[in-house]
Amino acid sequence: MTPSLQALLTAAWAVFVKDLRSELRTRYALNAMLLFAASSAVAVSLGAQFLGTQQNVEPLQAALLWIALLFAALNGLSRSFVQEEETRTALALRLASPPTAIYLGKLLFNLLLLAALDTVTSLLFIMFVGVEVGNVGLFVTLLALGSLCLTTATTILAAIIAKANFKSALFAVLAFPLFIPPLILVIRGTALALTGASWGDGASFLQALISYAVVTFVASLFLFRTVWES
Amino acid sequence: MSATIRVVKSGWVELVDVNALRLELSNVTAGYGSRVVLRAISLTLGPGETLVVSGANGSGKSTLLRMLCGLQQPTSGTIQYCHDGMAYAPEQARHLLGWVAPDLMLYRELTARENLHFFAEVRGMHCSDMQIDELLERIGLSGRGDDRVIGYSSGMTHRLRYAYALLHHPPVLLLDEPTVTLDAQGATVVEQVVDAQRAVGMSIIATNDPRELRFGDYVLTLNTA
Repeated sequence: MTPSLQALLTAAWAVFVKDLRSELRTRYALNAMLLFAASSAVAVSLGAQFLGTQQNVEPLQAALLWIALLFAALNGLSRSFVQEEETRTALALRLASPPTAIYLGKLLFNLLLLAALDTVTSLLFIMFVGVEVGNVGLFVTLLALGSLCLTTATTILAAIIAKANFKSALFAVLAFPLFIPPLILVIRGTALALTGASWGDGASFLQALISYAVVTFVASLFLFRTVWES
Repeated sequence: MSATIRVVKSGWVELVDVNALRLELSNVTAGYGSRVVLRAISLTLGPGETLVVSGANGSGKSTLLRMLCGLQQPTSGTIQYCHDGMAYAPEQARHLLGWVAPDLMLYRELTARENLHFFAEVRGMHCSDMQIDELLERIGLSGRGDDRVIGYSSGMTHRLRYAYALLHHPPVLLLDEPTVTLDAQGATVVEQVVDAQRAVGMSIIATNDPRELRFGDYVLTLNTA
Protein backbone atom coordinates (compact mmCIF):
# COMPACT_ATOMS: atom_id res chain seq x y z
CA MET A 1 0.00 0.00 0.00
CA THR A 2 1.46 3.34 -0.99
CA PRO A 3 1.35 6.15 1.59
CA SER A 4 -1.05 8.18 -0.56
CA LEU A 5 -3.50 5.27 -0.75
CA GLN A 6 -3.15 4.79 2.98
CA ALA A 7 -3.84 8.50 3.53
CA LEU A 8 -6.88 8.24 1.25
CA LEU A 9 -8.26 5.29 3.18
CA THR A 10 -7.58 7.03 6.49
CA ALA A 11 -9.46 10.09 5.26
CA ALA A 12 -12.34 7.92 4.02
CA TRP A 13 -12.51 6.21 7.41
CA ALA A 14 -12.54 9.64 9.11
CA VAL A 15 -15.50 10.69 6.92
CA PHE A 16 -17.30 7.44 7.82
CA VAL A 17 -16.68 7.87 11.55
CA LYS A 18 -17.76 11.53 11.40
CA ASP A 19 -21.00 10.63 9.58
CA LEU A 20 -21.70 7.80 12.02
CA ARG A 21 -21.08 10.03 15.03
CA SER A 22 -23.29 12.78 13.57
CA GLU A 23 -26.04 10.28 12.74
CA LEU A 24 -25.99 8.74 16.20
CA ARG A 25 -26.40 12.22 17.67
CA THR A 26 -29.09 13.51 15.29
CA ARG A 27 -30.69 10.25 13.97
CA TYR A 28 -32.15 12.06 10.94
CA ALA A 29 -31.66 9.21 8.46
CA LEU A 30 -31.90 6.29 10.86
CA ASN A 31 -35.25 7.33 12.32
CA ALA A 32 -36.75 8.05 8.90
CA MET A 33 -35.62 4.72 7.47
CA LEU A 34 -36.61 2.58 10.43
CA LEU A 35 -39.99 4.25 10.76
CA PHE A 36 -40.68 3.62 7.08
CA ALA A 37 -39.54 0.00 7.37
CA ALA A 38 -41.69 -0.63 10.44
CA SER A 39 -44.79 1.03 9.00
CA SER A 40 -44.49 -0.81 5.68
CA ALA A 41 -43.99 -4.17 7.44
CA VAL A 42 -47.06 -3.55 9.59
CA ALA A 43 -49.08 -2.42 6.55
CA VAL A 44 -48.07 -5.52 4.58
CA SER A 45 -48.83 -7.74 7.58
CA LEU A 46 -52.43 -6.46 7.58
CA GLY A 47 -52.85 -7.96 4.11
CA ALA A 48 -50.76 -11.06 4.80
CA GLN A 49 -53.80 -13.04 5.90
CA PHE A 50 -54.89 -13.09 2.26
CA LEU A 51 -51.58 -14.64 1.26
CA GLY A 52 -51.36 -17.20 4.03
CA THR A 53 -53.05 -20.18 2.45
CA GLN A 54 -52.00 -19.58 -1.14
CA GLN A 55 -49.28 -21.49 -3.02
CA ASN A 56 -46.26 -19.78 -4.64
CA VAL A 57 -46.49 -16.77 -2.39
CA GLU A 58 -42.69 -16.30 -2.26
CA PRO A 59 -42.34 -14.01 -5.33
CA LEU A 60 -44.93 -11.66 -3.87
CA GLN A 61 -43.25 -11.71 -0.44
CA ALA A 62 -39.88 -11.02 -2.06
CA ALA A 63 -41.30 -8.11 -4.06
CA LEU A 64 -42.97 -6.63 -0.97
CA LEU A 65 -39.78 -6.98 1.06
CA TRP A 66 -37.71 -5.17 -1.59
CA ILE A 67 -40.34 -2.48 -2.11
CA ALA A 68 -40.15 -1.76 1.63
CA LEU A 69 -36.33 -1.78 1.55
CA LEU A 70 -36.18 0.39 -1.58
CA PHE A 71 -38.48 3.12 -0.33
CA ALA A 72 -36.92 3.15 3.13
CA ALA A 73 -33.48 3.43 1.48
CA LEU A 74 -34.66 6.23 -0.81
CA ASN A 75 -35.93 7.98 2.30
CA GLY A 76 -32.63 7.91 4.13
CA LEU A 77 -29.62 7.33 1.91
CA SER A 78 -29.65 10.74 0.26
CA ARG A 79 -29.26 12.40 3.66
CA SER A 80 -25.49 11.98 3.78
CA PHE A 81 -24.87 14.56 1.03
CA VAL A 82 -28.07 16.58 1.36
CA GLN A 83 -27.27 17.31 4.99
CA GLU A 84 -23.76 18.55 4.10
CA GLU A 85 -25.35 21.07 1.70
CA GLU A 86 -28.24 22.06 3.95
CA THR A 87 -26.03 22.68 6.97
CA ARG A 88 -23.44 24.31 4.66
CA THR A 89 -20.64 22.09 5.92
CA ALA A 90 -19.92 20.92 2.37
CA LEU A 91 -17.63 23.92 1.80
CA ALA A 92 -15.36 23.03 4.70
CA LEU A 93 -15.30 19.40 3.62
CA ARG A 94 -14.64 20.33 -0.02
CA LEU A 95 -11.61 22.43 0.93
CA ALA A 96 -10.10 19.87 3.30
CA SER A 97 -10.71 16.39 1.95
CA PRO A 98 -9.80 14.53 -1.23
CA PRO A 99 -13.07 13.91 -3.14
CA THR A 100 -12.46 10.17 -3.43
CA ALA A 101 -12.16 9.88 0.35
CA ILE A 102 -15.50 11.66 0.76
CA TYR A 103 -17.17 9.29 -1.69
CA LEU A 104 -15.71 6.18 -0.05
CA GLY A 105 -16.57 7.38 3.46
CA LYS A 106 -20.16 8.22 2.50
CA LEU A 107 -20.52 4.92 0.63
CA LEU A 108 -19.36 2.99 3.68
CA PHE A 109 -21.73 4.92 5.93
CA ASN A 110 -24.67 4.28 3.57
CA LEU A 111 -23.76 0.59 3.49
CA LEU A 112 -23.88 0.45 7.28
CA LEU A 113 -27.24 2.24 7.33
CA LEU A 114 -28.66 -0.17 4.77
CA ALA A 115 -27.27 -3.18 6.63
CA ALA A 116 -29.13 -2.01 9.74
CA LEU A 117 -32.25 -1.43 7.65
CA ASP A 118 -31.95 -4.90 6.03
CA THR A 119 -31.69 -6.57 9.42
CA VAL A 120 -34.66 -4.75 10.94
CA THR A 121 -36.90 -5.02 7.85
CA SER A 122 -36.18 -8.72 7.31
CA LEU A 123 -36.90 -9.54 10.95
CA LEU A 124 -40.12 -7.51 10.83
CA PHE A 125 -41.22 -9.31 7.67
CA ILE A 126 -40.41 -12.69 9.20
CA MET A 127 -42.36 -11.79 12.37
CA PHE A 128 -45.34 -9.88 10.98
CA VAL A 129 -45.75 -11.12 7.42
CA GLY A 130 -44.86 -14.72 8.16
CA VAL A 131 -42.06 -14.93 5.60
CA GLU A 132 -40.25 -18.29 5.80
CA VAL A 133 -36.69 -18.40 4.50
CA GLY A 134 -35.78 -21.69 2.84
CA ASN A 135 -32.11 -20.96 2.15
CA VAL A 136 -30.89 -18.51 4.79
CA GLY A 137 -27.35 -18.20 3.40
CA LEU A 138 -28.55 -17.33 -0.10
CA PHE A 139 -31.18 -14.96 1.32
CA VAL A 140 -28.61 -13.06 3.40
CA THR A 141 -26.13 -12.92 0.49
CA LEU A 142 -28.82 -11.55 -1.84
CA LEU A 143 -29.82 -8.98 0.77
CA ALA A 144 -26.18 -7.91 1.11
CA LEU A 145 -25.56 -7.74 -2.66
CA GLY A 146 -28.89 -6.03 -3.36
CA SER A 147 -28.08 -3.44 -0.70
CA LEU A 148 -24.59 -2.98 -2.14
CA CYS A 149 -26.15 -2.27 -5.55
CA LEU A 150 -28.64 0.20 -4.06
CA THR A 151 -25.86 1.92 -2.12
CA THR A 152 -23.39 2.28 -4.99
CA ALA A 153 -26.11 3.78 -7.19
CA THR A 154 -27.67 5.90 -4.46
CA THR A 155 -24.48 7.49 -3.12
CA ILE A 156 -23.51 9.16 -6.41
CA LEU A 157 -27.13 10.19 -7.06
CA ALA A 158 -27.29 11.77 -3.60
CA ALA A 159 -24.19 13.82 -4.44
CA ILE A 160 -25.81 14.91 -7.73
CA ILE A 161 -29.12 16.02 -6.23
CA ALA A 162 -27.71 17.53 -3.02
CA LYS A 163 -27.49 21.05 -4.45
CA ALA A 164 -30.74 20.91 -6.41
CA ASN A 165 -34.18 22.20 -5.53
CA PHE A 166 -36.90 19.54 -5.21
CA LYS A 167 -34.29 17.05 -4.02
CA SER A 168 -36.68 14.21 -3.13
CA ALA A 169 -38.53 14.28 -6.43
CA LEU A 170 -35.32 14.51 -8.44
CA PHE A 171 -33.74 11.71 -6.42
CA ALA A 172 -36.68 9.39 -7.08
CA VAL A 173 -36.77 10.26 -10.80
CA LEU A 174 -33.04 9.63 -11.25
CA ALA A 175 -32.92 6.57 -9.03
CA PHE A 176 -35.84 4.64 -10.45
CA PRO A 177 -34.35 3.73 -13.87
CA LEU A 178 -31.02 2.91 -12.25
CA PHE A 179 -32.65 0.60 -9.71
CA ILE A 180 -34.79 -1.42 -12.14
CA PRO A 181 -32.08 -3.92 -13.24
CA PRO A 182 -30.84 -4.84 -9.75
CA LEU A 183 -34.40 -4.87 -8.38
CA ILE A 184 -35.54 -7.41 -10.98
CA LEU A 185 -32.51 -9.58 -10.19
CA VAL A 186 -32.71 -9.35 -6.44
CA ILE A 187 -36.49 -9.90 -6.24
CA ARG A 188 -36.28 -13.00 -8.40
CA GLY A 189 -33.25 -14.24 -6.49
CA THR A 190 -34.88 -13.58 -3.12
CA ALA A 191 -38.00 -15.47 -4.21
CA LEU A 192 -35.77 -18.44 -5.01
CA ALA A 193 -34.02 -18.17 -1.64
CA LEU A 194 -37.38 -18.11 0.16
CA THR A 195 -38.43 -21.34 -1.59
CA GLY A 196 -35.21 -22.97 -0.43
CA ALA A 197 -33.47 -23.12 -3.81
CA SER A 198 -29.80 -24.14 -3.87
CA TRP A 199 -26.78 -21.83 -4.26
CA GLY A 200 -26.40 -23.13 -7.79
CA ASP A 201 -29.88 -21.91 -8.70
CA GLY A 202 -29.10 -18.44 -7.35
CA ALA A 203 -25.58 -18.17 -8.79
CA SER A 204 -26.57 -16.30 -11.95
CA PHE A 205 -28.41 -13.65 -9.89
CA LEU A 206 -25.42 -13.26 -7.56
CA GLN A 207 -23.03 -12.83 -10.51
CA ALA A 208 -25.25 -10.25 -12.20
CA LEU A 209 -25.65 -8.28 -8.94
CA ILE A 210 -21.89 -8.30 -8.34
CA SER A 211 -21.34 -7.03 -11.90
CA TYR A 212 -23.87 -4.23 -11.41
CA ALA A 213 -22.27 -3.19 -8.11
CA VAL A 214 -18.76 -3.16 -9.65
CA VAL A 215 -19.87 -1.12 -12.67
CA THR A 216 -21.75 1.50 -10.63
CA PHE A 217 -18.93 1.69 -8.06
CA VAL A 218 -16.22 2.26 -10.67
CA ALA A 219 -18.35 4.73 -12.65
CA SER A 220 -19.17 6.62 -9.44
CA LEU A 221 -15.49 6.81 -8.46
CA PHE A 222 -14.66 8.42 -11.81
CA LEU A 223 -17.68 10.74 -11.80
CA PHE A 224 -17.60 11.84 -8.20
CA ARG A 225 -14.86 14.48 -8.41
CA THR A 226 -16.72 16.30 -11.19
CA VAL A 227 -20.06 16.07 -9.39
CA TRP A 228 -18.59 17.19 -6.06
CA GLU A 229 -16.58 20.10 -7.45
CA SER A 230 -19.27 21.44 -9.79
CA MET B 1 10.92 34.96 7.21
CA SER B 2 11.46 31.25 7.80
CA ALA B 3 12.59 29.57 4.60
CA THR B 4 10.36 26.52 4.68
CA ILE B 5 7.17 25.42 6.34
CA ARG B 6 5.65 21.97 6.59
CA VAL B 7 2.46 21.48 4.64
CA VAL B 8 0.51 18.26 4.50
CA LYS B 9 -0.48 17.15 1.01
CA SER B 10 -2.42 13.91 0.68
CA GLY B 11 -0.70 12.27 3.59
CA TRP B 12 2.79 13.51 2.73
CA VAL B 13 4.50 16.27 4.60
CA GLU B 14 5.64 18.63 1.89
CA LEU B 15 8.27 21.24 2.65
CA VAL B 16 7.10 24.45 1.03
CA ASP B 17 9.61 27.21 0.51
CA VAL B 18 7.38 30.15 1.29
CA ASN B 19 9.93 32.52 -0.21
CA ALA B 20 9.26 30.88 -3.57
CA LEU B 21 5.47 31.00 -3.31
CA ARG B 22 3.59 33.52 -5.46
CA LEU B 23 -0.07 34.15 -6.19
CA GLU B 24 -0.68 35.42 -9.71
CA LEU B 25 -3.97 36.67 -11.11
CA SER B 26 -4.06 37.52 -14.78
CA ASN B 27 -7.04 39.34 -16.30
CA VAL B 28 -9.50 37.62 -13.98
CA THR B 29 -13.10 38.37 -14.83
CA ALA B 30 -16.08 36.87 -13.04
CA GLY B 31 -19.80 37.29 -12.90
CA TYR B 32 -23.18 35.73 -12.42
CA GLY B 33 -25.16 35.24 -15.60
CA SER B 34 -24.91 38.43 -17.64
CA ARG B 35 -23.78 40.54 -14.66
CA VAL B 36 -20.03 41.07 -14.52
CA VAL B 37 -18.81 41.41 -10.92
CA LEU B 38 -15.05 41.49 -11.39
CA ARG B 39 -13.42 42.78 -14.54
CA ALA B 40 -9.85 42.06 -15.70
CA ILE B 41 -8.07 41.92 -12.35
CA SER B 42 -4.34 41.27 -12.51
CA LEU B 43 -2.01 41.19 -9.55
CA THR B 44 0.89 39.31 -8.02
CA LEU B 45 1.28 38.68 -4.31
CA GLY B 46 4.46 37.41 -2.72
CA PRO B 47 5.50 35.89 0.60
CA GLY B 48 5.06 38.00 3.72
CA GLU B 49 2.59 40.27 1.97
CA THR B 50 -0.99 41.03 2.88
CA LEU B 51 -3.59 42.20 0.40
CA VAL B 52 -6.80 43.80 1.61
CA VAL B 53 -9.71 43.72 -0.83
CA SER B 54 -12.29 46.33 0.03
CA GLY B 55 -15.49 47.56 -1.52
CA ALA B 56 -19.19 47.89 -1.00
CA ASN B 57 -21.59 44.97 -0.67
CA GLY B 58 -21.89 43.17 -4.00
CA SER B 59 -18.62 44.50 -5.35
CA GLY B 60 -17.16 40.98 -5.68
CA LYS B 61 -14.89 40.64 -2.64
CA SER B 62 -16.25 37.26 -1.57
CA THR B 63 -16.41 36.11 -5.19
CA LEU B 64 -12.71 36.87 -5.54
CA LEU B 65 -11.84 34.92 -2.40
CA ARG B 66 -13.98 31.98 -3.48
CA MET B 67 -12.11 31.92 -6.78
CA LEU B 68 -8.79 32.03 -4.94
CA CYS B 69 -9.65 28.74 -3.23
CA GLY B 70 -11.20 27.15 -6.31
CA LEU B 71 -14.80 27.16 -5.08
CA GLN B 72 -15.78 29.24 -8.09
CA GLN B 73 -14.26 29.57 -11.55
CA PRO B 74 -13.50 32.88 -13.27
CA THR B 75 -15.37 33.45 -16.52
CA SER B 76 -12.02 34.41 -18.07
CA GLY B 77 -8.43 34.90 -16.97
CA THR B 78 -6.22 32.70 -14.81
CA ILE B 79 -5.44 32.30 -11.12
CA GLN B 80 -2.25 30.44 -10.26
CA TYR B 81 -0.24 29.61 -7.19
CA CYS B 82 3.35 29.42 -8.40
CA HIS B 83 5.84 27.37 -6.44
CA ASP B 84 9.16 25.77 -7.39
CA GLY B 85 8.69 26.61 -11.05
CA MET B 86 5.29 24.94 -11.13
CA ALA B 87 1.90 26.66 -11.42
CA TYR B 88 -1.12 25.24 -9.61
CA ALA B 89 -4.77 26.10 -10.11
CA PRO B 90 -6.51 26.97 -6.83
CA GLU B 91 -8.34 23.62 -6.62
CA GLN B 92 -4.95 21.87 -6.89
CA ALA B 93 -3.43 24.05 -4.19
CA ARG B 94 -6.00 23.66 -1.41
CA HIS B 95 -3.43 22.10 0.89
CA LEU B 96 -1.70 25.50 0.81
CA LEU B 97 -4.85 27.45 1.67
CA GLY B 98 -6.65 28.34 4.88
CA TRP B 99 -10.07 29.92 4.42
CA VAL B 100 -12.23 31.80 6.91
CA ALA B 101 -15.63 33.12 5.86
CA PRO B 102 -19.02 33.69 7.47
CA ASP B 103 -20.60 31.02 5.21
CA LEU B 104 -18.06 28.39 6.24
CA MET B 105 -19.86 26.07 8.65
CA LEU B 106 -18.43 23.30 10.79
CA TYR B 107 -20.34 20.33 12.17
CA ARG B 108 -22.69 21.66 14.85
CA GLU B 109 -23.46 18.26 16.35
CA LEU B 110 -19.76 17.59 16.97
CA THR B 111 -17.50 19.23 19.53
CA ALA B 112 -14.84 21.69 18.46
CA ARG B 113 -12.18 19.07 19.23
CA GLU B 114 -13.99 16.41 17.18
CA ASN B 115 -14.30 18.85 14.29
CA LEU B 116 -10.61 19.69 14.35
CA HIS B 117 -9.53 16.05 14.71
CA PHE B 118 -11.77 15.18 11.76
CA PHE B 119 -10.42 17.91 9.49
CA ALA B 120 -6.86 17.01 10.49
CA GLU B 121 -7.46 13.36 9.57
CA VAL B 122 -9.00 14.11 6.17
CA ARG B 123 -6.01 16.36 5.46
CA GLY B 124 -3.72 13.42 6.19
CA MET B 125 -2.44 14.86 9.46
CA HIS B 126 -2.36 13.52 12.96
CA CYS B 127 -3.14 16.12 15.59
CA SER B 128 -2.70 15.34 19.27
CA ASP B 129 -5.13 16.69 21.88
CA MET B 130 -2.32 18.95 23.07
CA GLN B 131 -1.91 20.49 19.60
CA ILE B 132 -5.66 21.02 19.38
CA ASP B 133 -5.65 22.64 22.82
CA GLU B 134 -2.82 24.97 21.78
CA LEU B 135 -4.71 25.98 18.66
CA LEU B 136 -7.93 26.57 20.61
CA GLU B 137 -6.01 28.64 23.15
CA ARG B 138 -4.47 30.69 20.34
CA ILE B 139 -7.91 31.66 19.00
CA GLY B 140 -9.44 32.20 22.43
CA LEU B 141 -11.51 29.04 22.84
CA SER B 142 -9.44 27.55 25.62
CA GLY B 143 -11.50 25.20 27.78
CA ARG B 144 -14.39 25.04 25.29
CA GLY B 145 -12.97 22.33 23.02
CA ASP B 146 -15.25 19.61 24.34
CA ASP B 147 -18.45 21.62 23.89
CA ARG B 148 -20.61 20.89 20.89
CA VAL B 149 -20.50 23.62 18.27
CA ILE B 150 -24.31 23.92 18.36
CA GLY B 151 -23.90 25.55 21.76
CA TYR B 152 -21.42 28.14 20.51
CA SER B 153 -22.27 31.80 20.05
CA SER B 154 -21.76 33.31 16.59
CA GLY B 155 -18.48 34.87 17.75
CA MET B 156 -17.18 31.57 19.11
CA THR B 157 -18.20 29.83 15.88
CA HIS B 158 -16.22 32.41 13.95
CA ARG B 159 -13.19 31.84 16.17
CA LEU B 160 -13.50 28.12 15.49
CA ARG B 161 -13.34 28.88 11.76
CA TYR B 162 -9.87 30.28 12.42
CA ALA B 163 -8.85 27.04 14.12
CA TYR B 164 -10.12 25.14 11.06
CA ALA B 165 -8.15 27.44 8.73
CA LEU B 166 -4.91 27.38 10.72
CA LEU B 167 -4.96 23.67 11.54
CA HIS B 168 -2.66 22.66 8.67
CA HIS B 169 -0.37 25.73 8.88
CA PRO B 170 -1.30 27.06 5.43
CA PRO B 171 1.11 29.47 3.69
CA VAL B 172 -1.88 31.29 2.15
CA LEU B 173 -4.60 32.63 4.43
CA LEU B 174 -7.86 33.84 2.87
CA LEU B 175 -10.06 35.83 5.25
CA ASP B 176 -13.52 36.97 4.22
CA GLU B 177 -14.92 39.53 6.67
CA PRO B 178 -12.31 38.52 9.25
CA THR B 179 -13.77 40.17 12.35
CA VAL B 180 -17.50 39.82 11.68
CA THR B 181 -19.38 38.85 14.90
CA LEU B 182 -16.13 39.02 16.92
CA ASP B 183 -15.74 41.02 20.09
CA ALA B 184 -12.73 43.25 20.81
CA GLN B 185 -10.67 40.32 22.08
CA GLY B 186 -11.57 38.33 18.97
CA ALA B 187 -10.50 41.21 16.74
CA THR B 188 -7.16 41.24 18.57
CA VAL B 189 -6.79 37.52 17.92
CA VAL B 190 -7.37 38.16 14.20
CA GLU B 191 -4.74 40.89 14.22
CA GLN B 192 -2.26 38.48 15.83
CA VAL B 193 -3.10 35.78 13.29
CA VAL B 194 -2.55 38.16 10.36
CA ASP B 195 0.73 39.40 11.86
CA ALA B 196 1.95 35.84 12.45
CA GLN B 197 0.99 34.87 8.91
CA ARG B 198 3.56 37.34 7.52
CA ALA B 199 6.29 35.01 8.80
CA VAL B 200 4.90 31.91 7.11
CA GLY B 201 3.24 33.16 3.95
CA MET B 202 0.67 35.60 2.65
CA SER B 203 -2.83 36.77 3.51
CA ILE B 204 -5.70 38.06 1.42
CA ILE B 205 -8.43 39.79 3.39
CA ALA B 206 -11.83 40.84 2.07
CA THR B 207 -13.53 43.47 4.16
CA ASN B 208 -15.74 46.52 4.04
CA ASP B 209 -14.65 47.63 7.49
CA PRO B 210 -12.32 50.66 7.07
CA ARG B 211 -10.51 49.75 10.32
CA GLU B 212 -9.21 46.59 8.69
CA LEU B 213 -7.49 48.38 5.82
CA ARG B 214 -4.47 48.74 8.10
CA PHE B 215 -3.82 45.00 7.84
CA GLY B 216 -2.81 45.36 4.20
CA ASP B 217 0.45 46.10 2.46
CA TYR B 218 -1.75 46.67 -0.58
CA VAL B 219 -5.40 47.58 -0.85
CA LEU B 220 -7.48 46.57 -3.84
CA THR B 221 -10.69 48.60 -3.92
CA LEU B 222 -13.53 47.13 -5.92
CA ASN B 223 -16.48 49.17 -7.00
CA THR B 224 -19.89 48.12 -8.24
CA ALA B 225 -19.86 50.39 -11.26
